[in-house]
Amino acid sequence: MSIQSRIDEKIRTHFAPTHLELANESHRHAVPPGSESHFRLLLVSARFDGLSPLARHRAVNACLAEELAAGVHALSLHTYSPAEWLTRQTQAPEAPPCLGGSKAEH
Amino acid sequence: MDVLERIHQQVTQNPVIIFMKGTPQFPMCGYSSRAAEALKSCGVPFGYVNVLADPEIFENLPRYADWPTFPQIYVNGELIGGCDITVEMFQRGELKPLVEAATAQAPQGE
Repeated sequence: MSIQSRIDEKIRTHFAPTHLELANESHRHAVPPGSESHFRLLLVSARFDGLSPLARHRAVNACLAEELAAGVHALSLHTYSPAEWLTRQTQAPEAPPCLGGSKAEH
Repeated sequence: MDVLERIHQQVTQNPVIIFMKGTPQFPMCGYSSRAAEALKSCGVPFGYVNVLADPEIFENLPRYADWPTFPQIYVNGELIGGCDITVEMFQRGELKPLVEAATAQAPQGE
């Protein structure tokens, strides 16, 4: 099983995420092709309700301690409670306002 | 001196300190670079330790605060987090007041 699928499985088991994005970003770093060393994880879970960012990261680090000790060199983490995630979704950047270009003088 | 004592001394003597790969001027890792940039943007002086230049600290810092990765940022002797938390705090406007208050409280003339 790849490290990526193991991380995916562990996170799903421990955090029952309502949304999960896991990306292997190793190709962006100075490691051999096909490496599984650098990951980015975006995680939305009710387990994060009322927890500080530090406590959330600690929970994820503890869950993946084995992987972090053996080969996973970097784990970029973005953690949200379902309510925070909803706010984030509804606050997505608005489309830029019209600057009048279509009314330009001919 | 024991390495954990040495780390403890560094985090307590500097109101704001980053343990990073490389230096703020010449970072050797993208995450360290981003975190150092966020601190620099706050406009207050901060200490740094280049963990690549100190193998003993590189080996032992993860167990000091039970945090497995670099960089690590400490304010008033307490770990605030790594790159992601520090940058998120900066983007939310929380980092600057925190480090400003820490620096202002620090005893003068150290």
